[in-house]
Amino acid sequence: MIEARNIEKSFGGHHVLKNASCLFEKGKTNLIIGQSGSGKTVLMKCLVGLFEVDKGKIFYDDRDFTTMNFEQRKTLRREIGMLFQGGALFDSMNVEQNVMFPLNMFTTKSLKEKQERVNFVLHRVNLENVNSLMPSELSGGMRKRVAIARAIAMNPQYLFCDEPNSGLDPQTSGVIDHLIREITQEYNITTIVNTHDMNSVLSIGDRVVFILNGELWWKGNMETILHTDNPELNKFVFGTELTSRLKQ
Amino acid sequence: MLKVFTTTGKYVMLMKRVFTRPQKRVIFTNQLLTEINNLGVDSLGIVAFISMFMGAVVAIQTAYNIDNPLIPMSMVGFTTRQSIILEFSPTVISLILAGKVGSRIASEIGTMRVTEQIDALEIMGVNSANYLIFPKIIASILINPVLIIFSMWLGILGGWIAMTASGLVSTNDFVRGIRVDFEGYTIFYALTKTVVFAFIISSVSGFFGYETKGGALEVGQASTKAVVFSSVIIILFNLILTQLLLT
Repeated sequence: MIEARNIEKSFGGHHVLKNASCLFEKGKTNLIIGQSGSGKTVLMKCLVGLFEVDKGKIFYDDRDFTTMNFEQRKTLRREIGMLFQGGALFDSMNVEQNVMFPLNMFTTKSLKEKQERVNFVLHRVNLENVNSLMPSELSGGMRKRVAIARAIAMNPQYLFCDEPNSGLDPQTSGVIDHLIREITQEYNITTIVNTHDMNSVLSIGDRVVFILNGELWWKGNMETILHTDNPELNKFVFGTELTSRLKQ
Repeated sequence: MLKVFTTTGKYVMLMKRVFTRPQKRVIFTNQLLTEINNLGVDSLGIVAFISMFMGAVVAIQTAYNIDNPLIPMSMVGFTTRQSIILEFSPTVISLILAGKVGSRIASEIGTMRVTEQIDALEIMGVNSANYLIFPKIIASILINPVLIIFSMWLGILGGWIAMTASGLVSTNDFVRGIRVDFEGYTIFYALTKTVVFAFIISSVSGFFGYETKGGALEVGQASTKAVVFSSVIIILFNLILTQLLLT
């Protein structure tokens, strides 16, 4: 479980997050939705400590992340996996080396054990015989799946996904979404997904929070979001031609 | 002025993170060997080419400027040796390396920054500054003196080839000039400068790459800044070190 309490974050004079509080539950896919520029990515980067919050507290299962020093954060981060928007695979390493990287860094496993683990997680994300390929040789969907494999290689307790579907076709997006949900339930981890893709919301949104202009506007799930009377959320959910026609 | 202090402060803070114990010795050793190859061995060609031709030019210019019969022709060898060892190899080659190696370091780390690869390292709990910059600094400090000694040797060789090929100075005169009044301290002076310049090139370029924000355009700007600032700092430190070590 991850809890954010009264988070505030500004850049220069621009107030990006305003008193944001939310609870992300274990074993569920917690979605943060909102328009581009609404503060989703900033909130996620605050949660993982890539940005320091100006005010407020962040708790990882009752461990206060905001008061931790550099070393304590380093230790906690070994329990965190993150899937970045572009995958963030290391260009100089092939798929196997990318996935093996955290194992090389933080475990004392033998090469054989590490290779077994790599093959296991690659198989888990439905990738076979790609170990020797370089990131530049992979498609967008494959890059995302390798990034997921790397994120789960160390058996994380917390999984963060920043716009996992960006740049992917709807079918591949669906595959990635379901993979994230399966992994969340299988390993009983706390997963937080940043997205503005309504397909993701409706298929994997166990819990959904809607952010508008840095403020938390609405909380619910994939069922309640379609029947909300919140005008701002309605504008977001039914903002496209397709969804508005479907609503009619 | 405030910007200079802010940037210097950020640089010092980054170096504090860089100079920590590497996470794993085996990984660090592998990275070090890779960087020695990328930053040093890959620069051998350009260093050899420039050193040979510059040595030849220094020798030819010196020979053409000696028109007094009282000055022995061995002076050509002496001048070539002194110019190459004292200034050309440690300073000019370091400036060339600032361009070649500095832009490589800044663009590599800058690209990793804008494609979130550095964020990925941080999320995993890796000290990204130490992991990315420390091996480059150590590799530069180890390999640059080797490159400079290689450059000294080739520079003098270039001078000798030019003199014997043009017939301006005989081999005997040239070699006598090279050997006359040789002080081992000049090599120490040159290598001390080289080590300081190697640190400047790798750390300043690493800093500008690490601080990159934005996209491809900013990576290019970081690369340019790395080369310009490394070169300016090298020139400043050249004066300071020469004053300290030779007076």
